Formats: sequence, structure tokens, C-alpha cells
Amino acid sequence: MILALLLMLLTTLPASAETLRMAVTTSFDASGLADILLPEIAAETGIDVQLLVVGTGQALRLGEAGDVDAVLVHSRAAEESFVAQGHATHRREIMYNDFVLIGPVSDPAEIADAPDAATALARIAAAGTPFVSRGDDSGTHKAELRLWNAAELSPEGGWYRPVGAGMGAALNTAVAMGAYVLSDRATWLNFGNRDDMTILFEGDPALFNQYAYLPVAPDRHPHVPHDRALRLEDWLTGPRGQALIDGYTIAGERLFTANATPREARP
Amino acid sequence: MDDLLAGFAAAFRLIVTLDAELIEITLLSLRVTLTAVAIACLIGLPLGAWLAVRRFRFRRTVIATLNALIGLPPVVVGLVVYLMLSRSGPFGVLDLLFTPTAMIVAQVVIVTPLVASIAHQAMRELWAEYHDLLISMGASRWQRMATLILDGRRALLTAALAGFGRAIGEVGAIMIVGGNIDGATRVLTTAIALETGRGDFALALGLGIVLIALALIVSGASHWAMRTERHGRW
Repeated sequence: MILALLLMLLTTLPASAETLRMAVTTSFDASGLADILLPEIAAETGIDVQLLVVGTGQALRLGEAGDVDAVLVHSRAAEESFVAQGHATHRREIMYNDFVLIGPVSDPAEIADAPDAATALARIAAAGTPFVSRGDDSGTHKAELRLWNAAELSPEGGWYRPVGAGMGAALNTAVAMGAYVLSDRATWLNFGNRDDMTILFEGDPALFNQYAYLPVAPDRHPHVPHDRALRLEDWLTGPRGQALIDGYTIAGERLFTANATPREARP
Repeated sequence: MDDLLAGFAAAFRLIVTLDAELIEITLLSLRVTLTAVAIACLIGLPLGAWLAVRRFRFRRTVIATLNALIGLPPVVVGLVVYLMLSRSGPFGVLDLLFTPTAMIVAQVVIVTPLVASIAHQAMRELWAEYHDLLISMGASRWQRMATLILDGRRALLTAALAGFGRAIGEVGAIMIVGGNIDGATRVLTTAIALETGRGDFALALGLGIVLIALALIVSGASHWAMRTERHGRW
């Protein structure tokens, strides 16, 4: 009996025929959008997408090494150099959402009525209230650094706390410390442990967050199923995928806006 | 406190409804860890016995190294195994990265030193006791090792269970080499890390309680199978 049980445990479950490994940013998964899209993708294209949920920096590294077949991330400059170095065949924009500044409801640095995001950050720095930074070279971290740059500030000091962790872990830390934190809207809306934290600042165009899809170049890594990666791209940018992205809401709030560039734009 | 209660409620709900996903990740946890511990025992138990019966020049160095390797940080093991199995690494052609096999490889590396070290401690004491008898009987080296392993099986069970405990709760290495892919390489510990990241502490804690229960069941079952700790026996 024990032997049979062991055998059952040891035998590998049959892998499904068509799999595709895609490295995605934590926000794509933590927002819950992946749970909506993946079953539809499997049903309509027959592709079993296996998600590796990592930061943008690590996602690009996985693509570079050929360990994934496609990458879905949000950091334009890094993506363009990724394509320029020949790691991906091209870059295709899929959708966007936006970043928001989260903080304690009492808003000690008074950022809620700031005219723009840079001013809001400058007020946090001036007040010296705790600010949690992802500090992990992710897309969100890079966006945060761009904002500090725009505010002409280099954040340092005891109040600035890089945690070197994913979005969810950074939010947990911020909640526990009553600190300000930059998050993508989708992850925040889907986040369970909000305590007395809320969105204090939003809507600045500088907080725009574009997601793009990058299929790993088959001439670098002949083993990647490039045609499958292109089929997934067609689905994501096609009417069904774009409608599902637009239709995804949490508590009545739309999280992502589909804005795929037309197919002709693909080289 | 509310979170703790919610955790127990979540664990209860997951178990009584036989949640399909919970069963899947629990079985994968068991499969990966039991395989890794079995392989680690195949390497570690004879190694421990060999170190006990054999005297050679660098024996102390080997034992000291073995004891130091117990503290090997899983994240580093994960990173090294990742670099080995990566498509850009030496074993990339095997296409093992992000599979349960890769997770087993990482766990074998983590668990073997622990199993070997505990086995060696136990064998050494037993060897001191059996030394004269086995030598006078003219037992060969293999016969000596086999006798020690057979008669020390209860202590070796402890070694295996310690290995199991270290492996079943491990998250750093298998997160890197397995990738925590839903339906492919997600196990209890990586699911707990994921749910914590989502701020769903109740579900994370519920999964944690399932993990602890699993460890208790495996430990209890192996003691039962080995007939140890029974009434009237020591």
C-alpha cells in the first residue's frame, strides 16, 4: 500500500501538450488579471501559459537566458534596450494602468492636494515621513526613481526605506510602518491587508504605466516556441483579449486599459 | 488575533471542502520533498556510516565541512542550481528548469549534509559499542556499515525526518528553481509566500496550518511504520 502511494507520488504528471513560459511582473499576477486571462487563453488557443511572477529586472534576465519564451513587463527604457540587444524580436504594447501613491489616511505629509506627483514626493521628503521603496529594480521601482528624478531629489536618509521586495511585500511593510509607498493601482485594489491606508495621490500623467509584451528571439534561443509566443501575442492584442482586459474590474473599478498597437505595427 | 482565527477558519474550510488546488499543491509538496529526502538518504546514510567506520587522513575535515554545509542558505543553493539548469548554463539542454525535478535537485543539495551529519553522529556511538564485536567476527567493511545501518535504523529515521522537516518547509531555493508556476511547480511554501504577498494573511496562514499538519502526519506515520516509541519499548 505504502509502495503504491510512493509510486503515485513519484510518477510525473503528464505535461500538457502546448505550454508557454512567460515571465510577468508581480502586478500582472497580484492584480488578479492573470486568473481571468489564463483559462480563456487555454480554451481559445490551446496554449497552457505558465507564469513566472517576478520583478521586471528578473523577468528580463530570464528572457535573456532563454529560460522563458516571452516577457510581459512595464519599463519602457529597459524593454527597448532588451529588443535593441537582440534578446526579443520586438516590443508590443498591450495595456496600461497607473501608479498611485498610498499612505496613511491621516496624510502627515499632506500630499493629497499636491499639484503633481513630483511635488507630492517632495513633500514626503521635506516632512521626512517614512517612504517604502521597492528597491528591487522592478518596473515600479524604476518608475519611482524617475519620479524622484523629476522632483530633483535623491531620496536618502532614515525615512527612505528600500525593502528589496515585490509589490505585495512592500505594501505589507508600508502598512505595518504607516509609510507612504508607490504602487500600481491594480495590486493595491486587489490587496487584502489595507488597514488604515488609502490612495492619497493619483491621476498625474507621469504615473502612467504601460505594459508591453516581448517574445524571446528564436535566433538567440532556438528552443523557444516562437510561433506559440506569436499566437499568444495575437490573442492578447486581438478583440477577445483586449475586451477581457478592459472588462476586468474590482469593486466597480477598472484596473487596466487595453491599448494594443495595431497588428501592422509588428515588424 | 483576528488574522490568526481567520487562518484557522481558512485551513478548516480548505480541508473539509477538499479544495482541488490545495490537494494538488499538497501532493506536489509531498512528491518533491519525499523524493528529495529518499535520494538524500541514499547518499547521506551510507556516507554517515562510512565516516563512522573508516579512519582516513581528512576525515575530520570532511566531517567539519559536512556540519558547515547544514547551514547552507537555501537561496544560494537555489541560485546555483538555477545557474546550472538555466538555458544559458551547463545543463540547460536538459530543460529541467522550472520543473519539479529541478526542485528535487535543489532540495537534495540542501538536505543531504543534514542527513549525513545526523547519521554520522548516531553511527559513531553505535560503532564504539559494536567495534570489538564486529572486528572479532572478522566482518568486512561493507558488513560493518550494513550492521550499523540496520541496528541504528531508529536513529536514522530521525535523520530522515530532520531532512524531511528541513525540506518540506523550504521556500527560498524552490521558489528560484521551480518558479512557483500555478499548476506546475506551486507547492505549499511558495503558495504561502504568494498569498502573503497578496495580503491574504488568512489563506496564507491556512496553508501554513495544512503544512504543519502534513509534517505531523508524515512524522507519525513513519514512527508507526518503524514501530518506534511504542508502549513498553524504548
